[in-house]
Amino acid sequence: MRFETLEQLAEICRQENKTIAEVMLEDQARETGVSREEVFRQMAEYYGVMKEAVRQGLTGNTKSRSGLTGGDAKKVSDYMQQGETSLGGPAAEAMAYALAVSEVNASMGRIIATPTAGSCGIIPGVFVSAQERFGWEDEHLVKGLFCAGAIGYVIANNASISGAEGGCQAEVGSAIGMAAGAMVELRGGTAQQAVHAVGLALKNCLGLICDPVAGLVEIPCIVRNGLGAVTALAASDMALAGVGSVIPADEVIGVMLEVGSAMPAKHRETGKGGLAQTPTGRKLTKELVEQRRRKAKEAKAPAKED
Amino acid sequence: MRFKNVFSIIGPSMVGPSSSHTAGAVRIGRVARQLLGSQPETAKMTLFGSFAETYWGHGTDLALTAGLMDYDTDDQRIPQADVLAEEAGMTLEWVQGRGNGPHPNSVKIQLTGGGRTAEIVAASIGGGTIAVYSLNGFDVQITGEYPTLAVKHSDSQGVLANMTALLSRDGYNIGYMDVDRKGRSGDAMTVFELDSAPEESTIQAIRKLPHIKEVTMIDLTKRS
Repeated sequence: MRFETLEQLAEICRQENKTIAEVMLEDQARETGVSREEVFRQMAEYYGVMKEAVRQGLTGNTKSRSGLTGGDAKKVSDYMQQGETSLGGPAAEAMAYALAVSEVNASMGRIIATPTAGSCGIIPGVFVSAQERFGWEDEHLVKGLFCAGAIGYVIANNASISGAEGGCQAEVGSAIGMAAGAMVELRGGTAQQAVHAVGLALKNCLGLICDPVAGLVEIPCIVRNGLGAVTALAASDMALAGVGSVIPADEVIGVMLEVGSAMPAKHRETGKGGLAQTPTGRKLTKELVEQRRRKAKEAKAPAKED
Repeated sequence: MRFKNVFSIIGPSMVGPSSSHTAGAVRIGRVARQLLGSQPETAKMTLFGSFAETYWGHGTDLALTAGLMDYDTDDQRIPQADVLAEEAGMTLEWVQGRGNGPHPNSVKIQLTGGGRTAEIVAASIGGGTIAVYSLNGFDVQITGEYPTLAVKHSDSQGVLANMTALLSRDGYNIGYMDVDRKGRSGDAMTVFELDSAPEESTIQAIRKLPHIKEVTMIDLTKRS
């Protein structure tokens, strides 16, 4: 790719009078030797999977294998039908859709990792709800995915998109930044405004630890996806209003790396700290282990090695 | 740059819940199956570290089994893979490994089928990306990101030169290669990660070279 930082990306867009999405699509095609049409087609297929995951998740038929989660997207969606939400309709819808996709993930349904499975709800939540609200064609949203991908590419290479490396800020935080920047571009903002949205969004996620109960991509991951979609919308609004990230986005990404590297192992996807080690987190983990033992007796699960 | 592709950020398309414990596990299972060259009749999986601790909630067992059936990461049959494998006549055995294994998320898979055996040790290192540490007891590393040729041969002078010359003649670029031998003049294994999948005619030509014992194609880029 021709860019390593968001500042370089915005500068290419300005000089060539292109959107971030166009630059990403071009660079991807050139770098991999695959035609633009084929690259676009694959991304369009991925957007189709995201929309299907939203639909599936809203049915509420999303009980996870552990039994710990499922059905929350439908609760929010039903609640929205009953009257005014505190958030307001469109943001509540984005939240419900993000929960839906994350619950589909936890129940072994099909999703697109954006950038990971643990943070797979935020981008579809923001995109699919915005598509319905603004009446955009699929093609517009597919371009948005290239924009989100370009932002994620910079974060992944300059900080991290792995909870085990950099905590939840690397997964949910990255997804929020990607969704916020893409939303700015989808609504006609400039590349520079999109980059400000990334900076604003990431600043609000710095330090978020990865502390899943029993090590599963469920608690608190699903809820963080729902709330993350709302944050992404808010950051895009700030940027479109002309609010800038005083600390440039690339410098905020540098802080993500600094904070992620300093994070103790117990807060990096090991289940050994944070919410996973609360009295309730430990109790749920213990129950799961017992449940697994029962199942193992019935079936074919790990015996001890001789 | 660790990431070079927009589809490693937006993607893979996968069945949840975890890119490392589910999608990565599918890909490891697929490497083992392709190394065997046919559907396994028996499969013994020894799980280490986080794979052993959290496999059940993440469906790592289903994912590995799905890989043994040669399913891709987004195959919606993954949640039923155990039942489907049993119906297909596969016998599965799950063992909790002692010690740490080579990585916190690692597994050893031993397969039999079609009168052959295959064994791999591999780990899922994040975001669906995997690292294979050994094939059939040889310490050769592959990623599964590229079409990969695994060639068992005797450790003789000129074997590597013959193979690379042949790949070059047929227009294939080698991105990475790794060799391990049991001992001087003993058995050896060479793996080639190629930029594009070789035609069957090239694979046949390698089989006909002197001192070649076995040529296996491992290609996770091919849709199942």
